[in-house]
Amino acid sequence: MIDEARPDASPAIAPTPPAGAQAADPAADPRSGRQSAWRIFLRNPAGVAGLLILLIMAGLALAAPYVYAEGPLAMGAMPFIWPGEGLAYPLGTDALGRDVAAGVAWGARVTMLVGLSATFFGVSAGVIIGAVAGYFGGRADMMLSKLIEFFQTPPSFVLLMVVVAIAQPSVSSIILAIALVTWPTVARLVRAEFRSLREKDFVLAARSLGFGHARIIFGEILPNALPAIIVTASLLVAQSILMESALSFMSLGDPNLVTWGSMIGSGREHLFTAWFLSAVPGVAIVLTVLSLNLIGDGLNDALNPRSE
Amino acid sequence: MQGRLPDIARLIVRSAFHAVPTILVILVANFFLLRLAPGDAADVIAAESGFATDEMMEGLRSRFGLDLPILEQLQNYLGHILRFDLGYSARFNTPVIDLILQRVPGTLILMLSAMAISLMIGIAVGTFQATFAGRWPDRVIAVVTQLFYSLPGFWIGLMLIVFFAVRLRWLPTGGSGPIGVELSGLSGLLIRLKYMVLPATSLALFYVAVYARLTRASVIEAKAQDYVRTARAKGLSQFKVMTGHVLRNALLPVTTLAGIHLGGLLGGAVVIETVYAWPGLGRLAYEAVMARDFSVLLGVLLLSSIVVIAVNLLVDVIQAFIDPRIELK
Repeated sequence: MIDEARPDASPAIAPTPPAGAQAADPAADPRSGRQSAWRIFLRNPAGVAGLLILLIMAGLALAAPYVYAEGPLAMGAMPFIWPGEGLAYPLGTDALGRDVAAGVAWGARVTMLVGLSATFFGVSAGVIIGAVAGYFGGRADMMLSKLIEFFQTPPSFVLLMVVVAIAQPSVSSIILAIALVTWPTVARLVRAEFRSLREKDFVLAARSLGFGHARIIFGEILPNALPAIIVTASLLVAQSILMESALSFMSLGDPNLVTWGSMIGSGREHLFTAWFLSAVPGVAIVLTVLSLNLIGDGLNDALNPRSE
Repeated sequence: MQGRLPDIARLIVRSAFHAVPTILVILVANFFLLRLAPGDAADVIAAESGFATDEMMEGLRSRFGLDLPILEQLQNYLGHILRFDLGYSARFNTPVIDLILQRVPGTLILMLSAMAISLMIGIAVGTFQATFAGRWPDRVIAVVTQLFYSLPGFWIGLMLIVFFAVRLRWLPTGGSGPIGVELSGLSGLLIRLKYMVLPATSLALFYVAVYARLTRASVIEAKAQDYVRTARAKGLSQFKVMTGHVLRNALLPVTTLAGIHLGGLLGGAVVIETVYAWPGLGRLAYEAVMARDFSVLLGVLLLSSIVVIAVNLLVDVIQAFIDPRIELK
């Protein structure tokens, strides 16, 4: 998984994070360093397509308050206008005459917020727990591994439903609940990375220079585990978005917000007559999740060239 | 094989022992989650009956043992669990364990058929891709599987309903069978299958993508092995090399992953069941959320965890049978 050439190529006596140092000398290994990883990513058409779709979605989320200033709940048009029927409502209107396009744009904000923050918290917790377990080993590893196993046993969506239902649905409880069910994935990955990296020469060098544990974990090992973590994080954003939309589809979303999942849920009542009400927000979910998965694959090829 | 049977029995016993602490932790967590939930059993009953005085509430609390110290309550809870007593659902007017056990078969059937569909299609597609690795059929399918991988199950479920049930009228929109009709014999089975096609497919699509990608990578790796070159060199047909030598070895990681995914499948089934009104654990969980009946909800969490542990054990045993190299310590 990890680009092992980096630590080995730099002299073992100088345990500085090698990522930056190597970028200055791209001739030695053209695939190492952040700059060339970015170039490899840009050569992957699927990854670039994913990035473009994601940028459009992010633009939509940012533009929503300006383009649809009245918010997603404003009523004022005829109900059940089909997409393409009128230029004023390109994605149609729902049973109450609300603009579907406004809902999609405002929903993008919630989706992005939940996907990014849940991943941030999940990855942070997973990195800390996985790093401690993998770096120290022994009893700490045993106990933390049990904790990871325990969190991975119940079906994560059932656990998610239980936590959200008990904590009462709101954006913050949903974010934390998603982080609660996703951190074990990250922790397992980080633990495995740390277990193999802690045996490397550059860690030994850092230790012999008298670096503290925290500095070795965050300054020396973590930068080398980062490529794998970044790839997993991009896929986790996609998973978090899927979880959030499923929750709000099942009326376990924040009751005060319009989300893509809640739009599909309310459109379901008109599935036989106006199926576009469920179809349109679903396409938005698929595009966003697809873009993140494509980016994740592209990053994997760029950052872990040996994984294929 | 004969000599392995006692070993496998030992494997089962050891795994069962290994699962005990996990189940215990889940039970304790369950108890505290239930305590965190807004409203206790007395509140639920009071809400059902419409009114309650403070004295009545006190009476109810002491009858359910809700006024005892918390450790004593935990002890009582664990004691009840040992007697398979998960409490009584005031909302559904049934013991929780009965409610849940009624729904387990529905979910198991849905899960297992989805898993069978996704394994069969995923392995076939992945093998096909590996044969054409890097050429256009592989690339086109890779795009399709990437799309499958990104579909929310509940949404594709609704879209399949629109297309196959509303437009084409080929399949029913939901439920597990026609209402008020006694089903028996072959025709009854066929009718039941008709009700299963859409939910199982919606659940399977994501995993088709997972297994196709995994099989592709695994087959490409196995094809490069020396024993495959040997098999080819001794003049075996392409088909025989693929089935007898490549796939036999390439599929082991796929079956391991299939076991790991069971929890995910169960979670996915929750959403799919609400889309198709399929009578399983997931729909029960949804009904429990809607009725704010947390004892039922946590019962579903507990039982689905146990199902995951049991099926993982089953996968271990099956693997030990398939692959004699797996060590049984």
